[in-house]
Amino acid sequence: MARTLVFRLVALLASAPLAAEAGVVSITLPSDQGALKAGTGMEVTQRACQMCHSVDYITMQPRGGEAQWRGVVNKMIKVFGAPIGDEDARVIVEYLSREYGAGR
Amino acid sequence: MSGRLSRRDFLAGAGTAGVALLLSPPRASAGAADPVLAGRPLVRYPEKTELILLTSRPPQLETPMKYFDRAITPNEAFFVRYHVFPIPTRVDLDEWRLRVGGHVDRPLELSMADLQTKFSPASITAVCQCAGNSRGRFSPRVLGGQWGDGAMGNAEWVGARLREVLQAAGLRPGAVDVTFNGLDAPAFPTVPDFVKSLAVGQVMDWPEVLIAYQMNGRPLPMLNGFPARLVVPGWYSTYWVKNLSEITVTDQPFEKFWMKPAYRIPDTPCGCVEPGTAPARTVPISRMRTRSVIASPESGSRVPVGASSTLAGVAFDGGYGIQTVEISDDGGQTWRATTLGPDLGRYSFREWSARWAPARRGPQTVMVRALNGIGESQGMTPLWNPSGYLRNVVERVDLEVG
Ligand code: HEC
Repeated sequence: MARTLVFRLVALLASAPLAAEAGVVSITLPSDQGALKAGTGMEVTQRACQMCHSVDYITMQPRGGEAQWRGVVNKMIKVFGAPIGDEDARVIVEYLSREYGAGR
Repeated sequence: MSGRLSRRDFLAGAGTAGVALLLSPPRASAGAADPVLAGRPLVRYPEKTELILLTSRPPQLETPMKYFDRAITPNEAFFVRYHVFPIPTRVDLDEWRLRVGGHVDRPLELSMADLQTKFSPASITAVCQCAGNSRGRFSPRVLGGQWGDGAMGNAEWVGARLREVLQAAGLRPGAVDVTFNGLDAPAFPTVPDFVKSLAVGQVMDWPEVLIAYQMNGRPLPMLNGFPARLVVPGWYSTYWVKNLSEITVTDQPFEKFWMKPAYRIPDTPCGCVEPGTAPARTVPISRMRTRSVIASPESGSRVPVGASSTLAGVAFDGGYGIQTVEISDDGGQTWRATTLGPDLGRYSFREWSARWAPARRGPQTVMVRALNGIGESQGMTPLWNPSGYLRNVVERVDLEVG
């Protein structure tokens, strides 16, 4: 399932030391199973925050207050160019500080 | 908000990566006893055994501690760390070329056959460790990939020497940096492509830097950089660019996002600052700090009282070689030497093992520390920096005796 049949041949050839290789290698990534907690603002956050990466980037972070999450959202907008308007940013920060806030 | 890519658009752009195929549903969680790993699923990615999921797009997968009882990390257990999405999922070796250009006399377009036959193959056993390995254990905590201790691995790499490839291209006078780019390229236009650089002077004096096309005697897994990746022995893996496709020599210092402001450490002798404070000046991260881990028995397990158990793990450093590995079962007051495994070179994991016969029942802690070839060791108190890099504090396992 990992690689095509062609690749198995390549792998065999390659075990002869440094044989020149030829062929196609291809893999299929498993689906993204990550999810955000339900709550007001979840849909906006989901839409805005998985344009560039999966939401497990968010859920793995230490729990933190509004300052932490405002910092994150600002960085995504200013440093990485996330197209998030002021109103959406406010809703997202509120959602994240509530659902992934200190003490949760 | 025009220009916003929907998730579907962007996944469609990634070709096969968008096909939903759950190879094995996340079942077990990685390590209930460990607060950093608690709740994290074990997953199976292509060419990989069950690894601990950190993120899925782009993929970041962590190697379970049990694999660090031996010097060589199996390819299928080797950790994965990408920065941008999409990542390459298909490579046709007939079409793949490594382009070497920029400030050179003879730009090259090397096929895999060229790389393997025009340059004599060199081999090195070297540790590849993420700069942020163990970031999840920082206190105060810091944002970023919340790794446990498994963002590392050791392999025998075979490839062409970077220096010889650059000599073939012919550096022009005034060459400053060499940049490395791979086939991963962000779909979102404002996200900086992952490109790293090394100084020309340094790489021309450093024959061990390889363009590796073999890992433990096999082609590299796609997720570890097929068909070729840079190997920078002794340095954190942020420089070990995967799925390598472009090497460019510059006549100006290269300071794009992933060199500056990313991947920098405080410009202080320890690379650290007072916990919770910001550094005045930073420099790019480079050489790895000395580290050691106890892989077996795993923290939280039970060992017999009055009988001898085997403790085992690995130690490594930034390229001076491991001299000694010691353990302590009295909180670091006294230390005793362990037995070292075969020496696979100064950039490699060094296996260590020791017999341990605890005399009393109850919870006990065993600690490990290593000393390298220039007298660098590990401290009892963690050093801190705001990006969560360079962790090398003395590690411990908590065991239940009896
Ligand atoms: C325009 C692309 C883009 C969008 C949209 C985006 N991010 Fe990111 N994000 C990135 C990149 C690039 C990284 C760094 C990835 C890496 O190093 O693995 C990142 C990393 C992160 C991290 C890890 C910490 C860090 O600073 O590296 C967090 C947390 C995060 N993003 C949260 C969010 C949240 C919350 C949103 C929605 C408000 C969001 N992201 C939207 C591009 C984006």
